[in-house]
Amino acid sequence: MTRLASAFAKGRPALVCFITAGDGDTASNLDALVDGGADVIELGMPFTDPMADGPAIQAANLRSLGVGSTTRDVLLIANEFRERHPDVPLVLMGYANPMIRRGPEWFAAEAAACGVDGVICVDIPPEEDDALGPALRAKGIDLIRLATPTTDTARLPTVLDGSSGFVYYVSVAGITGLQQAATASIEDAVARLKAATDLPIAVGFGVRTPEQAGAIARVADGVVVGSALVELCEKHGTAAPEHIRALTASLAEAVHTARKEIAA
Amino acid sequence: MESTPNSFRNMPDERGHFGDYGGRYVAETLMPLILELETAYRAAQADPAFDAQFQDLLEHYVGRPSPLYFAERLTEALGGAQVWFKRDELNHTGAHKINNCIGQILLAIRMGKKKIIAETGAGQHGVATATVCARFGLPCTIFMGATDVSRQQPNVFRMKLLGAEVIPVTSGAATLKDAMNEALRHWVANVEDTFYIIGTAAGPHPYPEMVRNFQSVIGKEAREQMVSRTGRLPDLLVAAIGGGSNAIGLFHPFLDDADVKMLGVEAAGHGLDKEHAASLAGGSPGVLHGNKTYLLQDADGQITEAHSISAGLDYPGIGPEHAWLKETGRVEYTSITDDEALDAFQLLCRTEGIIPALEPSHAIAAVAKRAKEMDRDAIILANLCGRGDKDIFTVAEALGVEM
Repeated sequence: MTRLASAFAKGRPALVCFITAGDGDTASNLDALVDGGADVIELGMPFTDPMADGPAIQAANLRSLGVGSTTRDVLLIANEFRERHPDVPLVLMGYANPMIRRGPEWFAAEAAACGVDGVICVDIPPEEDDALGPALRAKGIDLIRLATPTTDTARLPTVLDGSSGFVYYVSVAGITGLQQAATASIEDAVARLKAATDLPIAVGFGVRTPEQAGAIARVADGVVVGSALVELCEKHGTAAPEHIRALTASLAEAVHTARKEIAA
Repeated sequence: MESTPNSFRNMPDERGHFGDYGGRYVAETLMPLILELETAYRAAQADPAFDAQFQDLLEHYVGRPSPLYFAERLTEALGGAQVWFKRDELNHTGAHKINNCIGQILLAIRMGKKKIIAETGAGQHGVATATVCARFGLPCTIFMGATDVSRQQPNVFRMKLLGAEVIPVTSGAATLKDAMNEALRHWVANVEDTFYIIGTAAGPHPYPEMVRNFQSVIGKEAREQMVSRTGRLPDLLVAAIGGGSNAIGLFHPFLDDADVKMLGVEAAGHGLDKEHAASLAGGSPGVLHGNKTYLLQDADGQITEAHSISAGLDYPGIGPEHAWLKETGRVEYTSITDDEALDAFQLLCRTEGIIPALEPSHAIAAVAKRAKEMDRDAIILANLCGRGDKDIFTVAEALGVEM
């Protein structure tokens, strides 16, 4: 079983946590996520033009690039994380251009060598899969695709074809960090996805609090939290790890026990 | 398209690719909308009533056909080939941008969209979009980099007079590419009722093809006018390129005329070894804003800032069809610096009594170089794609004149 598959096979929903590479002391921030109980780590690759992101993650991208973060730095962070945490799945998330700049084969080989389990590329839809998908699959890296409220039933098979690892359901038609979707609409969407795939379904965009995360965990296999964690990096700088650990722990508690509450 | 297999005019393919370039590199939220847009555009293309309404508005609202003009004194001053201009600066709103806006707003209405958004750099596309929104009574939101808002105040006021809301974008470097990012973010959150009028022949498929087709009225008219006036085709076409919509609009109807050479002119800014906006000359292939094309970027794929004295050319990418035409060798591309464009701007003012925009001033500078190398019976046709009223403050500052 892959690290990603194991993370979703613990008999409880998984907490997926995102931070941007190179924004503050990333190694310590990642350790804090693991300590706090995150099941899957999404490491954001900074990009000058993060078109799908809201203000918090846009600013994190600029902070990271502002201190000179390079693709080499991101890969180094991943590699060192893998050495410290041999069992925690790590996913790189970002935009096409930094991923394909030196060729998709180069990126896939480097990511695989650094122990990366999966890749989420925001702006490569299934229609442009050739740009990155084959190279990742050849190296055994999961390509995690996004499904959204606008992905209708007719289109869903196109999105799922070639997806692996898990499916990231973007719960609102919008950008990261701002709105939150109604739980009822998420439940319907997850049911629709579940009918079409055996892959785990993680739900994200606009999830900020343990209460929201817990509510989603009742209906989904995983919950993704990003902007709320990234904001802690902005607010606390080098002191961010303790705050990240605390928020992650409360999110993990809510997510991991969400189903028990139903049973009780 | 019903072209021959060897035609340069049958791109893009069904996936929106121009060779290696173009495509649909957008977030999944937008993908269904892009596909719906393509379906709606194909239906509109097949509907004679759509074209009839487009042509009617071009004639009676925009003022087309624009004249084809022999620039006699400029020709004498240069001492070489005859220089002719396609006068798209005489269009309503003062540039070629309105051609595309008319086409796209008719499509938006056909699709039942209730709101219009657009990005703008210098403000020309913003003004053209605000104009067609006022004409058709649709609410209009324009995203404009905060840096550009402060340096293009007259156009900001024009947009507001026309009823548009102008949103200053402070993210990133607060210029055109950031305005486009913000427009895409807004669109993602408002996909159901909002139509995004992209201003240049770039972005995800079908935009590059669609914008090209709406702008091809320039080349179609020019081809007929040239044959009618001189009995032959021109030897060389010249047009300025930011994203490349006026150039592709002029070039496309001539692409299969093997004897017609074409020259696209990028902005070399302070020089290709310094800050510039010449994506083909100084960039490399990558993915931004929904398409694969030549971009100004660093070794890690981070997008670098463009610079040109002309705000309309100040963009770190270029339409994907130009990337393909460069690689096929069908079109030659060159670049012109800020200083060369300023010289050409003044040359046209004094020889022809026409104040050109800084964008076509780049084309005129390239014409000046080439005309001298060509025979006197040769014909150069350049696109005068915008008038210079908007640029007089920029030019005054560059020339050290206090106003």
